[in-house]
Amino acid sequence: MILAIDIVLLVLLAVVGIAIIRLRNLFAVVMLSGIYSLLMACIFVLLDAVDVAFTEAAVGAGISTVLMLGVLALTKNREKIPVTTPLLPLVTVLVTGGLLIYGTWDLPAFGDPNAPIHLHVAPAYLAEGEHETGAPNIVTAVLASYRGYDTLGEVTVIFTAGIGVLLLLSGGLGRRRRDPDEPNSGGGGAS
Amino acid sequence: MKHHLIPRVIAKLTIPGILLFALYVQFHGDYGPGGGFQAGVIFGAGFILYGLVFGLENLRKVAPPQIVTAFIAVGVLLYGGVGVVSQILGANYLDYDVLSAVDHDGQHLGILLVELGVGITVAAVMMTIFMTFAGRLR
Amino acid sequence: MEVLGHFNYWVVVVLMMIGFYALIARGNLIKKIVGLNIFQASVFLLFITLGKVTGGSAPIIAEGITVYSNPLPHVLILTAIVVGVATTALGLALVVRIHESYSTIEENEIADMDREP
Repeated sequence: MILAIDIVLLVLLAVVGIAIIRLRNLFAVVMLSGIYSLLMACIFVLLDAVDVAFTEAAVGAGISTVLMLGVLALTKNREKIPVTTPLLPLVTVLVTGGLLIYGTWDLPAFGDPNAPIHLHVAPAYLAEGEHETGAPNIVTAVLASYRGYDTLGEVTVIFTAGIGVLLLLSGGLGRRRRDPDEPNSGGGGAS
Repeated sequence: MKHHLIPRVIAKLTIPGILLFALYVQFHGDYGPGGGFQAGVIFGAGFILYGLVFGLENLRKVAPPQIVTAFIAVGVLLYGGVGVVSQILGANYLDYDVLSAVDHDGQHLGILLVELGVGITVAAVMMTIFMTFAGRLR
Repeated sequence: MEVLGHFNYWVVVVLMMIGFYALIARGNLIKKIVGLNIFQASVFLLFITLGKVTGGSAPIIAEGITVYSNPLPHVLILTAIVVGVATTALGLALVVRIHESYSTIEENEIADMDREP
């Protein structure tokens, strides 16, 4: 039963992906990318990743969509028809995809409990995590305690991205022409 | 959206719930699904909803941009500060066991503070990003 | 079952191809960022698929449950999603600045403008 739901959701995901490529109206593209994130969150729940599903639903379907709509309001919401033929990209993508599908034959079957990933480190976290950290949610225990350094790095990346957006957009409006009466006022807007 | 009554009423009803749920997710992350990343995003989303419905001017009054920007750094500093404190107490960086003499309490406190740092930074970054994009519209 | 055992991986590859195509074949910068998000999400799906154990439960320790899925990929992807939206926002900020300077977000038009003296 779970496998059937999984397959239906995955097919829907691929359909939404193809629709995103084919549509030219960027408003519809942004809405579909929100649906894509929501479907992805449903699949994460099926695959037992509740924390990840939570994040994907809040971030992908919520914040990302709002941000993209904001950018559409600032720019244009119609994609122009490209003049070049997409032959070379298509061949590149198909070759890459073919190689990757060839590569999947060496991956362990879906849900195999004896796959190499399940034999190291993770059993120790699952067995000792609650005892050592006092947190029954092992994802939180690993995130905040065992791999605290990694998470510190991730938070720093988010910090840097936030500062980057501030630097790029919070200065004076780029469209504003330089005042001809004040020849030295250029660059003053980047406060 | 100032002349749309229904979104305004619904937003007024739901925003307190969203913020409360964010706090629940933040502090219950040890026991159930959740944690700083999710809580930060949900907390930010509550303010973003307020900004979308009631306008950027009102959002700026509720959450002044200077203060929100400062909180971006506060979260990272809180996270790093926990590590420094554990170092001062004689353990390795980010080793929470020394934060309390009682077994497990140190780990609990460490995880709570670190997740709080993550939540503050994520919420502040999300709000800052929204406010800078929305501020560009004019 | 052997065929179904790899179905998730194939969908991951198909999604990756869709995202990759949108990234390299389309000239619209917003479409490129959406493509990048699709590509990114396909990698998330690959990691979470690898972490699943048949009959397992979400990795929250509770009484009466013995089999849990692998928590490690969940931790990696959890942080990657939030970092992903932060970097997306940075990319969108660049798109806004490009639109302010060139009044277009089509790649070939920007290149044409740059070529003009």
